[in-house]
Amino acid sequence: MGENGNVWMPDAMSTVASEVDSLFYFVLWTSTIIFALVILAKVYFAVRFRRRDPAEVPQPIHESKLLETAWIVIPTILVLIVFTWGFKVFVKLNSPPPDAYQITVRGKQWFWEFQYPNGTVVANEMHVPIGQPVKLLMSSEDVLHSFFIPDFRVKHDVLPNRYTSLWFEATAPGEYQIYCTEYCGTSHSGMLGKVIVQTEEEFAAWLNEQSQDLPPAELGANVFRQYNCGVCHSVDGTRIVGPTMKGLWGAERQFEDGGTAVADENYIRESVLNPGAHIVATYPNAMPATFGSLSAKQLDGLIAFIQTLE
Amino acid sequence: MSGTTLAHSAHQPEVNYLNHTKTLKSWLFTLDHKRIGLMYLGAVALAFLAGGILALLVRIELLAPGQTIMGPDAYNQSFTLHAVLMIFAFIIPAVPAVMGNFVLPIQLGAKDVAFPRLNLASFYIYLLGGVIVLSALFVGRIDGGWTFYAPYSERVGDSILFVTLGVFVMGFSSILTGLNFIVTVHKMRAPGLTWTRLPLFVWSIYSTSIVQVLATPVIGITMVLLFLERALKIGIFDPALGGDPVLFQHFFWFYSHPAVYIMILPAFGIVSDLMGTFSRHQVSGYKFVALSSVAIAFLGFMVWGHHMFVSGQSATSSIVFSLITYLIGIPTGVKVLNWVTTMYRGSIWLQTPMLYALAFLFTFSIGGFTGIMLGVLAIDVHLHDTYFVVAHFHYVMMGGNVIAALGGLHYWWPKMTGRMFNETAGRVAAALVFIGFNLTFFPQFIMGSQGMPRRYYDYLPEFQGMHQLSTYGSWVLAAGLFLILGYLLWSLVKGERATANPWGALTLEWTHASSPPDMHNFHDTPVVTRGPYDYHLAPELFVTSPGGDGAAEQVHPTETKA
Amino acid sequence: MAQTTVAALESQDHHAHPAHLQHHFVSSEQQFDAAKMGMWLFLITEILLFSGMFVAYTVYRVWHPEVFELSAELLDWKLGGLNTLVLLLSSFTVAYGINRIQHNDRKGLIINLVITLLCAATFMVVKYFEYTGKFAVGIFPGGGFAPTGVYHGHELSHFDVPYASQFFSIYYVMTGIHGVHVLVGMGIFVWLLVKAIRGRFSSEYYTPVELSGLYWHLVDIIWIFLFPLLYLI
Repeated sequence: MGENGNVWMPDAMSTVASEVDSLFYFVLWTSTIIFALVILAKVYFAVRFRRRDPAEVPQPIHESKLLETAWIVIPTILVLIVFTWGFKVFVKLNSPPPDAYQITVRGKQWFWEFQYPNGTVVANEMHVPIGQPVKLLMSSEDVLHSFFIPDFRVKHDVLPNRYTSLWFEATAPGEYQIYCTEYCGTSHSGMLGKVIVQTEEEFAAWLNEQSQDLPPAELGANVFRQYNCGVCHSVDGTRIVGPTMKGLWGAERQFEDGGTAVADENYIRESVLNPGAHIVATYPNAMPATFGSLSAKQLDGLIAFIQTLE
Repeated sequence: MSGTTLAHSAHQPEVNYLNHTKTLKSWLFTLDHKRIGLMYLGAVALAFLAGGILALLVRIELLAPGQTIMGPDAYNQSFTLHAVLMIFAFIIPAVPAVMGNFVLPIQLGAKDVAFPRLNLASFYIYLLGGVIVLSALFVGRIDGGWTFYAPYSERVGDSILFVTLGVFVMGFSSILTGLNFIVTVHKMRAPGLTWTRLPLFVWSIYSTSIVQVLATPVIGITMVLLFLERALKIGIFDPALGGDPVLFQHFFWFYSHPAVYIMILPAFGIVSDLMGTFSRHQVSGYKFVALSSVAIAFLGFMVWGHHMFVSGQSATSSIVFSLITYLIGIPTGVKVLNWVTTMYRGSIWLQTPMLYALAFLFTFSIGGFTGIMLGVLAIDVHLHDTYFVVAHFHYVMMGGNVIAALGGLHYWWPKMTGRMFNETAGRVAAALVFIGFNLTFFPQFIMGSQGMPRRYYDYLPEFQGMHQLSTYGSWVLAAGLFLILGYLLWSLVKGERATANPWGALTLEWTHASSPPDMHNFHDTPVVTRGPYDYHLAPELFVTSPGGDGAAEQVHPTETKA
Repeated sequence: MAQTTVAALESQDHHAHPAHLQHHFVSSEQQFDAAKMGMWLFLITEILLFSGMFVAYTVYRVWHPEVFELSAELLDWKLGGLNTLVLLLSSFTVAYGINRIQHNDRKGLIINLVITLLCAATFMVVKYFEYTGKFAVGIFPGGGFAPTGVYHGHELSHFDVPYASQFFSIYYVMTGIHGVHVLVGMGIFVWLLVKAIRGRFSSEYYTPVELSGLYWHLVDIIWIFLFPLLYLI
């Protein structure tokens, strides 16, 4: 349910969302009324004309041409209204304003990367300014994904061999959910992200801050969270898809092929960049090799972060 | 259809198609369309059971966020296999191959389908295809959803080779069945059985067959290309090899949208026959209902792009596909009107099969209206690939096809087996199925419009309530379905013997064939003299016959002659 | 159609069933009509099967016309042309064979079937040399595509360009599936030949010959489209 208790659509948080909603509710209520009429007629007939005498044979009735015609003409008019209306909103959804702020989006198994015009790259948390049209230019590194923000009523598939785009203009500050809606493998349901809508000033400050340095372990914790590592690797010892990170540092790893190694800097580096090289015994070879874009600094941070998980 | 030959079907014959030979071989090599229909019934029931158990597992996993009973890979394979089994092994062959095979030739007054050997061959081809698909389980994961979207599906592993090959082989079975029925309808009709006297079930199977023959080769070649791409890396669909994944979607939906009509058109036919029989009334707008099925069959080939509004196809294509989609909505709506008006001033007998027809009107209408919503461009952008879509197609596939198929199964059960099922149990099960179905799938509409994506192993906590409702609903639904299985099997042993025409229907399988029918269906070739729903032209049939409650306490049709 | 059924029904009891008439048909005409209609429907499914590949061909040609024109030069139009002539001849002999058996000329049918078989075999042999010639210089379908050396006066290193492998993938898939149809056709003709030698066909009953002829014409027609699309333009 939306925060305001809407049963159907979540709260409308972009300029186009309320237009989509008006159309949705128009179709919903028109359909509900026609549906109710059909069902009422059906139930009434089933009771009123129930068989009273086993031998009764009703006479055929002459079909009402008026009823048939009305039943064709009225729905045709209704669907034409709905089509035209849907068409108009669809055109709007597909026409980003020329002054839109452009963010490049890259979908990978199983996280989103956002690149800002100044070169800043962040994962899974997309900060955008309020009241400013934002255009996303999207592509995929591997398989099909689909970028979906329900609160903004926008969605588009993300493809490996071409750019696709969508745009929105957020109307209120807050955090909004991003989903991947095109099935993309093991952690499809973990390919989540957030849009963080901020005022112009907050946004500018945040963008500036991104180029500042953080202590390595803190940076690593951010990377771990942003890249959705936790979807497959716990930090508290439970087993999910892959091995837990708790107590990993310095432990001896038993591999599927019988070999062993101690989890040190180089082992972790290899495991992130080339996950198929050594598979820990009893675990599936499920991790995609999509983390090659991590910078050396981010890797150092991750290693520092893992060291803290004793 | 004249009453003069009823005398031949007076009492249950000593020898019928079920017992004239009894060896296993006489079943495995039978060319009798009725036995082949029953073998299909067994096979598709198994596929439905397997697919259903997977669905229950998927629902149990979704009781709570995170891991409940299985890990993500097991979950992903479960929903994929659920869909592959349900669509290719169950729902596509279910009505045409089971009821079409059993009923269609008898309704036409024919001794068999045009090509009995081809008919048997298509059954074994179907089994072979199923075995090939399942053998993929021993090779690797069956993953990627039933849509097999490239490039993910090709990269999972060599199991895709078996799945594509299996679907290709099953497609052949579907083509041969469709081809057989088209020729049978054209060439094997009894004297006097003109096109306008065909039962609406025949019309719907005929339309379905057209789609099967025209659409299935395209999925065939798509599967071949996907197979070769995995095997030889030919680079048609996978962008890493220079291919285009959107092209795959066009190929896939060019078949799979018409395939929706393979699934729903037979249901229209069953419901039309049930409405006519149990209202004892002419189906209103007969010609419209008949021809609109054919029209829908052809229009169905022009709307595949409405599955791809957010896929990367051009906006212009999306707009055109959206408009044509409505062209199908209108005739479908008129059919619903015709079913309701058939009841007007009829003589409505609320036996189990009719309960399913009424349930169908409810669930299918919801499926239809939500289909209109999904056809609206701007709304689809939001709803695409969410649980709203999952709910919509289950309302059409299960609420449409399966509920109608259950109605048909109950309707023709006495004819197929010569036994009546327990009417009370039948009504209880119908209620359980109806309630369970709506409880399972209606919450999914709400989840979907709130943004819950489909094919999600894990979900945000705010969706838990709806997911739990849905899972509880699936248990009610399963209870209803197992109850049906139970009393139908029980009826084989203890069921009362059925008369030739327990429902008081006018189509040839009831008026001219015994229950169960004779080996060659009819003693004499019937001669047809009236329409399939012209009850008012045969009042003598109903002087003392069916009515009131309790289908089993019926008078033999022959006594109407006495 | 209803009338034929009635007429057939009336004659049903007057004379014994011929050996080839199956029990569920009331007359030979009905059986023949049904079989012929079934065959036409089957041919429609075949056309749709190939049309999927023609769509793939068209799409890639529209996207990369220059690559397709260049790659087509590597196909030997003379061999393709020879195969076209061979198939046209075989279409004629099949048709003539049907004409012969309609006149009860069993020997004529057998001779024509043998010529047809020889034509089909010639087609496959030519195809074999075309394929192996390309394999020898590394022109494989899909992932194995690695052209090297000189082939028919073309420096193959020029062909190691994006999407050339798509052309050859499509070439191999289309001609390969067509080739499978030719092989199936040969199997059918051998079966017909055996039955013809055993005297199963006459002017009364030659349905399998006629239906196989329809199938074979379709196989030819598909080649008539494949040849210019792949070899010439």
